[in-house]
Amino acid sequence: MAFDLFLQHLSNGISLGSLYALIAIGYTMVYGILRLINFAHGDIFMMATYFAFFGIVTFHIPWYITFPLVLVLTAALGIGVEATAYRPLREAPKISILISAIGASFFLENLTIVLFGGVPKPFPAPKLFTDVVQVGSVSIQKLTFYIPVVTVISLLGLVYLINKTKTGMAMRAVSMDQETARVMGININHTIAFTFGLGSFLAAVGGIMWGMKFPQIQPLMGVIPGLKCFIAAVIGGIGNIGGAVIGGFILGIGEIMLVAFLPNLTGYRDAFAFILLILILLYKPTGILGEKTAEKV
Amino acid sequence: MKPRMIFILFLLVALALGGTGCTKKESNVIKIGVFEPITGANAAGGQLEVEGIKLANKLYPEVLGKKVELVIADNKSDKVEAATAAARLVEKDKVTAIIGSWGSSLSMAAGDIVKKGKVPTVGASCTNPLVTAGNDYYFRVCFIDPFQGTVMANYAYSKLNAKRAAIIQEVNNDYAVGLAKFFMDSFRALTGAEDSIVAVANYNTGDQDFSAQLTNIKAQNPDVIFAPGNFTESALIISQARKLGINCPFIGGDTWETQEFLDIGQEAVEGVVFSTFFATETPITAESAKFIEAYRKEYNKEPAAVAALGYDAYILILDALKRANSTDRVKLRDEIAKTKNFAGAAGIITLDANGDAIKNAVIKVVKDGKFTYLDTIAPQQ
Repeated sequence: MAFDLFLQHLSNGISLGSLYALIAIGYTMVYGILRLINFAHGDIFMMATYFAFFGIVTFHIPWYITFPLVLVLTAALGIGVEATAYRPLREAPKISILISAIGASFFLENLTIVLFGGVPKPFPAPKLFTDVVQVGSVSIQKLTFYIPVVTVISLLGLVYLINKTKTGMAMRAVSMDQETARVMGININHTIAFTFGLGSFLAAVGGIMWGMKFPQIQPLMGVIPGLKCFIAAVIGGIGNIGGAVIGGFILGIGEIMLVAFLPNLTGYRDAFAFILLILILLYKPTGILGEKTAEKV
Repeated sequence: MKPRMIFILFLLVALALGGTGCTKKESNVIKIGVFEPITGANAAGGQLEVEGIKLANKLYPEVLGKKVELVIADNKSDKVEAATAAARLVEKDKVTAIIGSWGSSLSMAAGDIVKKGKVPTVGASCTNPLVTAGNDYYFRVCFIDPFQGTVMANYAYSKLNAKRAAIIQEVNNDYAVGLAKFFMDSFRALTGAEDSIVAVANYNTGDQDFSAQLTNIKAQNPDVIFAPGNFTESALIISQARKLGINCPFIGGDTWETQEFLDIGQEAVEGVVFSTFFATETPITAESAKFIEAYRKEYNKEPAAVAALGYDAYILILDALKRANSTDRVKLRDEIAKTKNFAGAAGIITLDANGDAIKNAVIKVVKDGKFTYLDTIAPQQ
């Protein structure tokens, strides 16, 4: 295989991997703080693309105003989902909250089908991002450069927020022990709502990037990316933000290379992600960067 | 206790009688099931067909002195859901006949159910040969893929002067795989070279990233790429191909003719050529003119070929009901099978022994963001 062909595949893989990484960050952050797998994450991501669609196509708002607006709206949506689906179950067993998360996911999917229809819609990607750059014989979409940058900025921003700010300290305290944190004067509900808002904000960033790369949106578009990014988060060590990025890249590059070098196995592309998940759970359940903490008592 | 039991029993009997009273009234209605994807990946195609069927129902609301009622069942673009939706139409709604579905895989999922339930079913645009093969109760008003594949192979070979073709197919879609196979067979026969198909790449329904497959295809440098599959994935494939610097023509099949294909593909799909069933530029029968006018008035847009076929499936069933002069499903089946030279909106329909229509194919091109008529190809007799 020619070298430039390999480079093209690699660039494709990095582009897809950084997208997975971006969405996995939000997934893993919510888990890291709340020990809750937010299965509605993929659907919040989907809602963000619809918000962008309505902003740009229906209301003709320029993209540089629409996108920040989408981030805010989606964060609000995340807080809304938390308040209705998770907060009432705060004292309930973890499994009930998990089921409620799946319920919230189905609710959002079907609500979108009812409100906006099941027909795919085009995502209005600004030309600025979708242009193509030629490097030798390798064609690279400008977006391929932007997505990793956005991923890294999100990653650094998040690490800073969690480790260096008061809110971040509260989030870490809540993740350690909710009861004690409450005794120390931390408002649990506010902190958890903020965490969800932040997770949804990240989902919206991922959604906008995803929509620009794959300019077609439909109500069930969040399901497979949601699952894959969940897998990416597990590979990296769920709860670990840096791990989620590594997991995203492994998954994205791995998928592209599978299709590139073993074209006959293309049909098993999604299966590849799940096989990877099973292997990780069998041999290194804590993931690549996962901490080795035992169940807290 | 006893009198109360008798009273309850009496109530139940009354209810049951009341119930039959209702069904008696309902026998003044003929139910026709509409089995289409209203949601999911194929929704845009399914909804176009439903538009055609509803229009036909509006223009021809009665037959045999009874009102025709459409029972719409959403098969959700999913093979498992399709079987459930078909079973619901057959067993619960007890429809006299069924129309649908857009998507051969979905139609095939319903095949055994309508056959066992003895409900005559007329597909509008499902083109895979296996839909009607070995099934006495499945018919269709469109041509089938061996013909469509040949038409596109001919087009690639003689009009585009292509000697090397690449295939990218939706591997879990019976329609796409079948059509790709027929294309490859005739393209190899035309060029006389086994290696004239330089690459075959696969993808799954719902995939969004095709960069790896397209990069491999680009390395083979084909003259033309044949890409049968759903309009959603196909539009993404073509736009990703253009971004990867693949500039050769893309050709495909009838499934592409939806507004969403143009919306998602935008300037990337300009110049794309595909085969389909019908073009408003060349109305074929008096029924075509009537259909086109009514459709424009009702929906305020140009009709797609599949809308015309949905319309045809409906009026063909009504015609057969008239000839059978009965709502008996077996008699209806026999009359549908006898259909000859029936003037539908999308052309003259004569059903062969398999229950497939023998018809001309139309070739369209995307020009200035619109589907434009290019050519008509007659089947070889």
